[in-house]
Parts: sequence; C-alpha cells; structure tokens
Amino acid sequence: MPKMFPGGVHPKDGKALSAGSEIKTAPLMDKYIVPLAMHIGAPAKLIVREGDKVLKGQVLAEANGFVSAPIHSPTSGTVISISKTSTTGEMLSVNNCIGPTGTLIPAITIESDGEDKACEPLPTIDWQNADAKTIIDRIRETGIVGMGGAAFPTSVKLSPPPEKNIDTLILNGAECEPYLTADHRLMLEEAEKIVQGAMITAKALGVEKIIIGIENNKPDAVKIMTEVAGDRAVVKSFPVMYPQGAEKQLIYACTKRRVPKGNLPMEAGCVVQNVGTMVAIYEAVVNGIPLFERITTITGSPVVEPGNWKLRVGTTLDKVLTLAKGVKKDVPVGKIILGGPMMGMAQYSLTVPIMKNASGVLLLAQNEVKQYESLPCIRCGRCVDVCPMGLMPATMSVQIEKEQFDLAENTNVMDCIECGCCSYACPSRRPLVQLYRHAKSEINAQRRKNSQK
Amino acid sequence: MDNQEIILPDTSNLIVSSSPHVLNKEHVNGIMRDVIIAMIPACAAGIIFFGISAFNVLLLCTLFCVGLEGLMLKILGKSMNALKDGSAIVTGLLLGMNLAAGTPWWICLIGSILAIVLAKHLYGGLGYNPFNPALVGRVGLLIAFPAALTTWPVNRLSPKVAAMKEAISDLMNNDTSLVMLQNSGEFTKAQYAAIKEAFLNKTELLVDTISSATPLDAISQATMNAEGVVTGMPEMEYMDYFMGYIGGCIGETSALAILIGGAYLIFRRLIRWQVPFFYILTVLIVTGIMHMIHPDMSATPLFHILTGGLMLGAFFMATDMVTSPVSAKGAVIYAIGCGLITAVIRLWGSYPEGVSFSILFMNAFVPLIDRISAKKVFGSKEAAQGGAA
Repeated sequence: MPKMFPGGVHPKDGKALSAGSEIKTAPLMDKYIVPLAMHIGAPAKLIVREGDKVLKGQVLAEANGFVSAPIHSPTSGTVISISKTSTTGEMLSVNNCIGPTGTLIPAITIESDGEDKACEPLPTIDWQNADAKTIIDRIRETGIVGMGGAAFPTSVKLSPPPEKNIDTLILNGAECEPYLTADHRLMLEEAEKIVQGAMITAKALGVEKIIIGIENNKPDAVKIMTEVAGDRAVVKSFPVMYPQGAEKQLIYACTKRRVPKGNLPMEAGCVVQNVGTMVAIYEAVVNGIPLFERITTITGSPVVEPGNWKLRVGTTLDKVLTLAKGVKKDVPVGKIILGGPMMGMAQYSLTVPIMKNASGVLLLAQNEVKQYESLPCIRCGRCVDVCPMGLMPATMSVQIEKEQFDLAENTNVMDCIECGCCSYACPSRRPLVQLYRHAKSEINAQRRKNSQK
Repeated sequence: MDNQEIILPDTSNLIVSSSPHVLNKEHVNGIMRDVIIAMIPACAAGIIFFGISAFNVLLLCTLFCVGLEGLMLKILGKSMNALKDGSAIVTGLLLGMNLAAGTPWWICLIGSILAIVLAKHLYGGLGYNPFNPALVGRVGLLIAFPAALTTWPVNRLSPKVAAMKEAISDLMNNDTSLVMLQNSGEFTKAQYAAIKEAFLNKTELLVDTISSATPLDAISQATMNAEGVVTGMPEMEYMDYFMGYIGGCIGETSALAILIGGAYLIFRRLIRWQVPFFYILTVLIVTGIMHMIHPDMSATPLFHILTGGLMLGAFFMATDMVTSPVSAKGAVIYAIGCGLITAVIRLWGSYPEGVSFSILFMNAFVPLIDRISAKKVFGSKEAAQGGAA
C-alpha cells in the first residue's frame, strides 16, 4: 500500500495487551475530583457551593466564554470543601488538584452518596428535523470536547465561519498511538452509536459526506464499521504508520487534500472528530445525557489486568489502577503516562483525575524508560525523514539550543504538531519535541509582547 | 474480587519527562560501530594487498585519533563519555585508509592532529565540524608532504608482482638473463634491483621496497605528440581494478571490498544511497562524455569509477553524516557537486586525483544546500495558492 503522508514512524504497538478486552464499566467510587478545566479554553465557572447536594449529570460549572465547556457531576452526592466567595461575590475553587500537566488546577470534589441518582435528562432532540443551532447548542451545554486528546470544545469546532465551505466530516478511528485500544473497542462495541453520532454531527455541519478513517491493524473494526455504516458513511483503512491519526495527516489520507500551512482543517473543507466524541454526541442529543464518562485504556507491561474501562471523569489514577488489579510485584514502574506513549503526559502523582480527554493510562516498566544523555546532533537526517509535517527538526533543534528563536520561527517551528516522530527516531537522544515546545512558547510570548506595543 | 493484594505503583521513583516516552533503539554509538564494521572488508583488503605495513598505518592512525580525542575532551572539559561514541575510531580508520601503506608514524600523527584537533574539536567536536576530519587530515598531509603521500608500495597481488616473480623463476631456470631483463624495459629500475637482489641472494622478493604508480598516475602521465599519437596509456585491466590488484591508498584499491561495506551501510540505513549513486553517476557521465570526444587521450568512465579514491570517497567519506546535507534532496545536490568537481580535477586538474578535494569543497556548501533543499512544509503549496491566513 502506498504511504498516506510523508514521514512517520513505526513504534512497537503494544495494543495486544488490551485489544481483546471488552469495555467494562467502573463501579461507583466514593469520591470524584472533578477539574474545572477539562478542555482547551477558559476554565468553567463554578455554580455550586460547598455542601450542595448534586445529582448525576447536574451542571457543576458553566462554560466561561465561547471557547469553554461546562462541567457536569459524575454521580449524585455532596460537594465538599470547594468554594469560597471572592470579594466580588464570585465563587472560587480552592480545592486544587494536580492536573495532567503537573501543575495545580482548580477542581471540585464530589463525595458520592452511593445512590448514583441521575438528574432529569435533557429532552431528546429529533435531530433529523432539527436545525444546526439546536444540535450545536446541545453539544455545548452537555460539555462535549474532543475526546481523542486535544479536548477542544466540540461546539466551537462545529461552528465554522459561514463563509467556510465545509463538505466532509472525517471520523478519526485511526488510534495511531501505540498501546491505546479505547477507540478500537468502542468501534467494535458501539458502532451504531458512532455512526448515528456522525449523522447528527454531519447534520449540524450541513455536510453529506462522512469518511471514517481506521488503521488497518484493526481489521475487525474496519469490518464492523463498514457493515454498520452501510451507505451512511465511507470507511477507509490505511496502512499502519504513526501519526496516521494526526488531524492534517488523516485529512490528507482520506481526501488527498492538504490543510494549508498555518491553517485549521476547515480550510481544507473538513472537520475531524474522534469516534469517542461521536458516541458522546449521540448520548447528548438522543438521550439527553451530558459528558461525564468515557472509555479509557488501562495498560502497560506492569499492569496486572490491562483492559478498557468506562470511567467517570474525576476518577483518580490510584482508583483507576485498582480497577486493573494494580501492578505486578516484580515489575517496577518507571513511568505513568496519561495518554499514549508518543504524545501522552508523564505523571508523578496518583491523585491526578481522569478528564474528558483521557484516552489511556499507560504504565511503562523501569527497563522500558531509560533516561538518556542527550548528545550533539550528528545530522543523520533521521528526523528530517520521519517528520510528517516536512520540517527540518535537526536544524531547528540546534537553533533553539542557541536560543535563536527567530531563526527557528523561520524554519517553521510553529508548524510542528509535536507528534514525537523526530525524538523517537533520534539516535543522539535529543529532546527535540521538548525544544520545539520551548521555542513555541517563547515565540508566542514574543508575539503577545509585540501585539501589546 | 479475590483476596489478592492489589499493589499500586511506587511514585517515588517515577521518571517525569516530555513525550515521546518510547524511543527507537538506534543510538549514535551503534551507528559508529556499524560504520566500523562496514570498513572491515576494505581494511582487510588493504592488509592483504600491502601487508603488515598497511596494518601498522591503520592501527597508528586509530590509536593517535582516539588518544587525541581523549586529550581534547580533557582539555576542553567535556564528558569523557564522548569517547564511547566511537567517532574517533571511525576518523582514524578513514585517515589510515586514505594513506599509503608504509607511511611513517610521524606523518600519521600529524594527519591525526589535523583531523581530530583542527578539523573536529576546534570547531566544537562531534556534530559541529563542517569538514570531514579524515579528509582534512589527508589533504593537509598531501599538501605538506606530497612525495610521501604519493609513493605507493606495489600491490602484492598485482600483475606486476606476478611478472617479477615469474622473471625470478625464469632466471633460476636460465630462461632469461639479468641483462635481458634490464634491457627489456618491462621493469623500472627499482623493480629490476629487487629482482636482482632476490635472485642473487636467493631470498624472497621484497615487495615493500618497491613502489608503483596508481592507474590514475599513469593516465595523467600519458602524453600526446604533435601527430596525435598517444603514448603511456595503461591497458584497461578492469578485473584487476575491480578486485583491487593495483597501487593506491590502503583502503581505496578494492572496489569489491568497498561495495560490500557500502552495501552494508545502505542496508543498515546508515548512509543515504543517493550520495554514492549520484556521485558515481555524475563522474560516469562527465568522464563518459570526455571519453566519447577523445577516446584515445582519456580513460573510459569505468576506469574512472574503479580506480583512485572514488569508491572509497563515495561510500565512506562523502556520506559522513555530520558533513553532508540532512535531507535526501540535499544529498542528491551535494553528490552531483562532488561528482562534477572530482571529474573536473581528474580530467583537467594538475592533481591526478580529485575525490578528497571535491568532498571538502562540497562540505563547505552543505549549509547552503541544506537551506535550498529544505523540505516543503506539509500544506505550504496550498497556503501559497489560497493565500489563506
């Protein structure tokens, strides 16, 4: 099969650990720590007070602006130790928790009452006859964000400026991150909901064409999705190549269109949505249930029982790992990662909660995560060959080491998608992606400074 | 739930670092080790052809380079771990392969100083040197000690040595006489002296003391008189050239041995195939055109490919990662440049050989080539067309 995009790498996929395990629903926990920022954009605005009794699905915090999302309670219970009132009368969260990035983030703790009583679901929308605004409003008020990892509010993605000519909805079922199998299992077990969610989304976007992109290491998912989709959507399978599921690479593979440099997918007439988000949209529109749970893969060689779990947001990592029967006695854990091994974030605490975008909890053994000395670039060109964005990683890394951020900007560091292919391939063990992140933040800071002048 | 105790991970020993969390196994040290492995056939061929004196040169250059590398790391206060990368061994071996067997130790030392101290560490060490260190060593020596650098011991497996041995046995059998040999013009003075000594003293033929011209030297000394009659053109003995039964530097004579090592390098993806391919192709085309124009006065393109340092240069020196372009497209431009300059020096220059000069020359162009051959950012064409954002 021809390559679907330039570059890419083939990391060890590790999916066999959990691919065969059916999705299990996690039991009710005694406590949930629910962060107020489980999305890109402004943190949600708290509307409950300490001591309030809440029901499952009840709004805890409202969207705070256009690019934001509300937060809903994962169960019924009591709001404990959260809020204080600021001088302006605004409620503030003080119960900070450690977020996936390692910094403290505002969060609410819900003490479960054990009854798991749901609040009245929102009315079902007859989406086939509804207008786009009704559907998008529902998606906004149910707090749906991109569940593939980015956690960008879905309602924003579905509201492109009217002059943009969107004609294709692409469902991302590539799941190109090694080890993760949550989307794979979802496609096997909830194919109909995914397709219906896609139909709803297509209706909201006003597009006819739906393409479901899946890597061909999941032939069973390709088969089931093709059968279930029928003539409602086209299923395309691609050769395994990381990062097949990166937005721009997936659009190119599905439509042969390239997103113009520096632009969003809508410039190529496409909107890309993760398959998990489709199920959330289906639940929100048809059943009136907001987003407070998701499928997460718990896996890695140290895990006793790797598997795929339906987890509520706010479930902390210690409880998540307990579901998987903990870790093996003789396999010391070297790294705990939220997400996949290529783009996920390493954690240092088990109090970090599952958020709306937690596709996986991956544990790597100590012998799988050596710490390396970073060596000088020997200009082997491996990074240039594997970069799916056509960048010159070697050149940029040396520029950034010398703090020549303006040169790095000219060498297109801002087009880096941080997929990690270059770092993966580097024989000098250079922390390339980390350097690019550093440069991006420096350049963004400079741009902000310039715009204030 | 059974009663099995659930163990949670110990968070006191976790590594917290930036993604990606899994890395390819390939490491710089492994790359250098593989390059050394790839040089073994050519080095072995050199030792077979030129004897222990070839081995001594290779060993001396390697020891000097590794020693100087350690010394420079110490002086510059850098981590001695850098010695483990093996790049000094690669430089030392390459330098040795670019010298003639029997090169004096002090020339090896000066070459190593030029390579490791001047070309490598004064520019910042591994990864920062713009010029191939081994070639800087060789070219520096070639300019400083031209005579020593262009005195080639005779190849033990060359037809010339076979003829000398035959002459000795003919002498033994009284099939010929010393006077006849001297007058035949078949042997040079030194060769005749060696035959005479071996015959009179009843000893083995001492090949180390005999020098021979390389085929490229012979070509450059061919002359054409006013009537257009060419004299001094060597016979084209392609099989000897391919096997390496000719005079030359230790590592350059056997095209076969270099091809074996080169194939390994390409197979292990340690060099870009584009470099040797377009380098050799360019030499083939330019010398081919010249041969079509002047078939009498110029050697065939095949001769140019199989003799001199082209094979060694194309597979082992032009391909040096640090001093060649990072992208495949850049590698093509660079290789064509190397080929053009090599061909021009060989055909019209005053040096018989142009490989080292051409590669160093193109090394200087690498930053520029990198810039003009930078890959197109995914979607940049579309951005230019649409003029969006």
